Amino acid sequence: MKIVVAIKQVPSRDSLLKVNSSATWIEDADLTWEINEPDAYALEAGLQLKEKAGGEVIVLSAGPERAGQTIREALAKGADRALHIETDEAGITDPLTLARLMARALEPEKPDLVLTGLQSDDLGYGQTGVILAEAMGLPHSTLIMNIEAEGNRIKVKRELEDGWFQYVEMPLPALLAIQSGATKLRYATLMGIKKAKSKEVKRMSAAELSGPGGVSIRLERIYMPEKSKHSQIFDGPPKEAVAKLVEKLRFEARVI
Amino acid sequence: MSGVLVVLEQREGKLHKIAFEALAAAQQFGAELSVPVFAAILGSGVDAVAQTLTGYKLDKIHAVDHELLKDYTPDGYSAALKGLIEVHQPGWVIFPHTYQVRDFAPKLATQLGRVLVSDVVGHRVENGVLVLVRQLFQGKINADFHFEGEAPHFASIQAGAFRADNLQPGSASVEKTVPTLTPDQIRTRPLELFRESARAVDLGAADTIVAAGRGIREAENLAMITELAAALGAEVAASRPICDNGWLPMQRQVGSSGQTVAPKLYIAIGISGAIQHLVGMKGSKTIVAINKDPEAPIFEIADYGIVGDLFQIVPALIEALK
Repeated sequence: MKIVVAIKQVPSRDSLLKVNSSATWIEDADLTWEINEPDAYALEAGLQLKEKAGGEVIVLSAGPERAGQTIREALAKGADRALHIETDEAGITDPLTLARLMARALEPEKPDLVLTGLQSDDLGYGQTGVILAEAMGLPHSTLIMNIEAEGNRIKVKRELEDGWFQYVEMPLPALLAIQSGATKLRYATLMGIKKAKSKEVKRMSAAELSGPGGVSIRLERIYMPEKSKHSQIFDGPPKEAVAKLVEKLRFEARVI
Repeated sequence: MSGVLVVLEQREGKLHKIAFEALAAAQQFGAELSVPVFAAILGSGVDAVAQTLTGYKLDKIHAVDHELLKDYTPDGYSAALKGLIEVHQPGWVIFPHTYQVRDFAPKLATQLGRVLVSDVVGHRVENGVLVLVRQLFQGKINADFHFEGEAPHFASIQAGAFRADNLQPGSASVEKTVPTLTPDQIRTRPLELFRESARAVDLGAADTIVAAGRGIREAENLAMITELAAALGAEVAASRPICDNGWLPMQRQVGSSGQTVAPKLYIAIGISGAIQHLVGMKGSKTIVAINKDPEAPIFEIADYGIVGDLFQIVPALIEALK
């Protein structure tokens, strides 16, 4: 089975974020970067499927040059090769424009299965997978906990709300957006890291892949959220802060 | 019709809780943009549920009815709605941000060459232009979005962003539409629905909840959370990653994929406050946050907070409560 996994490089989860001076994006000069965690689960699902059913795992990522590091890490975990759509430093903030580029990059590959994470930690649209499926003309399903391949069909377990699940069947090729947390993530082995250095990364520019189609939404500005409640923050040594908190809970909020 | 079309989700003849909030949002947008508001409900035999909406201020309720819409599929739902939109040409199409909407609305928007502004938490109208607010970076940053180019414009509304008790009463009629759908258009086959375990824990009934998040780092550290809960006579809960790791059973998960709670006291420990968690607990009367990151979104909704190392603060808190 030829499996493509779309991954994105995002700022580390514990980053302290600052809005840039033009309020168009965050200050990204001093950040550390990592794989978008939901995409790590998509990669894990792809690698497990390959181990069961055979085939190859191709990683697809759109991002500036620095995304190459995240691609290498995916190769070190066991992906066979990669496609890197190089964008400028700011990246692409419109999921339809991005998915169209990804669809064009995948045209010569004709994958059996495309996997994505559920959403990105940065823009958080939660849409790129579904849009990519439409752009590639593939059936799709989202919030996938488990995949069983049965010949040229797959049966997936999909999470619904409120503790419900559902099995869904569909023909291949197809696209699945994977739910996070359904399996344990693997670490790269030393051997994997060594092997990754010689694996193929095909680079293509966003400009050479771009085609017709305009934008229909625009990110106008970003800002720190206003606090909707007036929070009282207690500081000082833990004992003092805790004493103030307990006093407030007892005598002001009266909840303990 | 060039108004606002709100697509309301139903299952087995019952409207989704957030559907009413999306309806409230659509009514507000309609009033502020001075355009009519229409509702649509999809399914098979949805007339009865459509009739339950006739008491609201709406220009029409479209009951989009077809045997092939009985079980939800992204292909069926997007094809049916695409047809409705092409006939009536709404300016804006509003959805509740449910799991089902996440599954098909981006596909529908793509078919029409548009992008859905997903997970909207606020809005304003500036010089007749609708500006929508959504959150980036797990709730750490807000962003304003506006639409460009031709209608229709698509948006989905986050749970808790608009209040269903602000719904405007009125009188509306139901118009049944039968979309053109054929079985070969539907490529995915939905099978049985099931639940994995009965809900033994009803967090909704708890007066006090102590909830742990990623910040506790190791399963062993849950011991001090349990100890704190015991000191307070509280139930223990958690954000999703803790339950995914198997450190606590899924029944103790609070958030959009777990339980919704509103206790008198909710203590969030090592929980950054991603929107998926906040929607499950922001109705709590008093919220306490303990987190090392002063910018964590949990502090935006907390009444009281301590910024610092939870491994020092929680033991001190247990000591202080003894």
